[in-house]
Amino acid sequence: MSKLKKEDILNDPDFIKLSSQKNTISIILTILELVLYFGFIYLVAEGKPFLSQKMSPDGAATIGIPIAVGTILLSWVFTGIYIWWANVKYDELVKKVIEKVGG
Amino acid sequence: MHQTIIGQANPVAVAFFVLFVISTLVITWWAAKRTRTTKDFYAAGRSITGFQNGLALAGDYMSAASFLGIAGLVSTKGYDGLIYSVGWLVGWPIIMFLISEPLRNLGKYTFADVVAFRLQQRPIRAAAAAGSLVVVLTYLIAQMVGAGTLIKLMFGLPFELAIVVTGALMISYVIFGGMVATTWVQIIKAGLLLGGATILVILTLGKFGWSYAELFKQAASATPLGQKFLEPGGLVTSPVDAFSLGLALMFGTAGLPHILMRFYTVPDAKTARRSVFYATGFIGYFYILTVTIGFGAAVLVGQKVIMGIDAGGNMAGPLLAEALGGNIFLGFLSAVAFATILAVVSGLTLAGASALSHDLYVGVIRRGVANEKEEVKVAKIATVGLGICAILLGILFKGQNVAFLVGLTFAIAASANFPALLMSIMWKKFTTYGAVTSIYTGLIVAVVLLILSPTVWVDIMQKNEVAKVNAQVKEITVAAAAVDTQIADLQKQMVSADAVAKMKKKQKAAAEKKNAGVQASVSAKMQEKDALTAKKKEADAAMPKAIFPLRNPGLFSMAAAFLIGILVSLMNPDKEAQEKFDAEKVREYVGIGAE
Repeated sequence: MSKLKKEDILNDPDFIKLSSQKNTISIILTILELVLYFGFIYLVAEGKPFLSQKMSPDGAATIGIPIAVGTILLSWVFTGIYIWWANVKYDELVKKVIEKVGG
Repeated sequence: MHQTIIGQANPVAVAFFVLFVISTLVITWWAAKRTRTTKDFYAAGRSITGFQNGLALAGDYMSAASFLGIAGLVSTKGYDGLIYSVGWLVGWPIIMFLISEPLRNLGKYTFADVVAFRLQQRPIRAAAAAGSLVVVLTYLIAQMVGAGTLIKLMFGLPFELAIVVTGALMISYVIFGGMVATTWVQIIKAGLLLGGATILVILTLGKFGWSYAELFKQAASATPLGQKFLEPGGLVTSPVDAFSLGLALMFGTAGLPHILMRFYTVPDAKTARRSVFYATGFIGYFYILTVTIGFGAAVLVGQKVIMGIDAGGNMAGPLLAEALGGNIFLGFLSAVAFATILAVVSGLTLAGASALSHDLYVGVIRRGVANEKEEVKVAKIATVGLGICAILLGILFKGQNVAFLVGLTFAIAASANFPALLMSIMWKKFTTYGAVTSIYTGLIVAVVLLILSPTVWVDIMQKNEVAKVNAQVKEITVAAAAVDTQIADLQKQMVSADAVAKMKKKQKAAAEKKNAGVQASVSAKMQEKDALTAKKKEADAAMPKAIFPLRNPGLFSMAAAFLIGILVSLMNPDKEAQEKFDAEKVREYVGIGAE
């Protein structure tokens, strides 16, 4: 196997793929998280009647409660998605690049 | 009447706490034998697993203030407390997506390592150390003052003694056991806190037939707020203010030095990333528990009792523990709260000491040349210095309202530390001048704007004026209400038009005369009321106003830090730094050469 020099890594297609994919995933998930949280804050500020609706007529819990808890849970799910992607795709590419350089 | 022993010396709490202290000191003694090199002292020999570091990160973040404070906020304000708790979690995904892997791959012990990676060491390290130290000190003061107050309430110890005990233990953990001991103290405390909160929630839900629906149903009739208790209230009145606070919370988390430092305790970037997944899970779970505890306390203990003991509601959790599990459980939870404070201040002190020794002493004063033994020694001296500072500042700020310091900490972390860190990782054209000006701009703008904001400028600096105006307004409102009743009484005396029409001539004249008299009195009263309204307007106008309108400066200070960093970098391009970015990129993404 031909060994790449460290300087050549930058032009290696696998490295380019790895860095651009990582940036894309990171930025997409960051934007999703921002939309999630600030969407929630927007609802709290402007959508009080919506959040104040009762979930069932004879109960008291408002729809705002699962939405707030859902914001917490979904944030965690996003980190899970990233981990899953990184373990499956990112680490594979990293391994490939490191093999090319010869560790 | 609800019986509580909170506020008195509690032997069970003291016993549990002594047990915690003994076990952590044994761990410190064990850790001390393993703490020789700088790698051991700052980074626990990079031997912590992802799961362990997840717990330790969560432990660093779950302060007593968030445990007791959020449960208290929920028990007194209901849904608004829940909104608040969401804000504390959302920074963690950001850390994972943007920061965790590059931070681990590029740095050694502090985030300044990353910012200085391809830039000039000395100015960057000086600036980053300044940012770190201000964050550490403001957060330490907030924690110490909170600690003194809480310990006084829960253990019946005097404020000063509580602070000195906290400070002395924190110094011992850090100087003898370094990061190894600090991490294990943090892990144990996180386990105790999560376990204790879980038991409390199980006991609470048991009282409601294991049904959240039932809990909320009773919560809606337990407080004077009624159904409003479960609806968003007055917390978010200004969307811009909420946005600014949200930004500070989100990106501030990614700029806290004691959190960032934990990424160097794991062996590689993969583990660093995994530890954030665990941490986010633990913290999210913890906030959901805390919110349940808050609602449970509002129903089972009652707002009147909670606020009677502490107006801010901080004792909601302990009171609920006492109501459901008696003195033993209260003692256990009080000891856990004390342990929580202790673990958080230890983490902060270690982060501060590493900024002083690794960045300032070795990086700036010794220009990067110092042997390991010397560096560890300086770090230990710095720890003692910071510890004594924390004790003195804690006592100095006794009785002050320090809640604003937490907001300030996050605003500074988001403005001084985070922009420089992110740009150094992501942006090829970032320069030394850009980084240094960005850090100082973020730091200064955040502090100055917070001083000029309603939080400090009005609520703290003009406390007496605000109280005076409020008293005046209250007086006027009471007077106006009295006039209103007088008017209503007078109007009742009037003979109705229908009755007058039915009357005979002589009676009619008398009734009309009477009505005219009453009408005149009413007009006089009306004038009196108009005068009061005008007076109220005048009093309101005298209310001190802030120079900067937002309560949290995050939006503006962060924007300023990014803007200055970008402009200064573009004005003075640095060819060398750009060339080095290629090497940085390889290490950042692949981890080749990472320590």
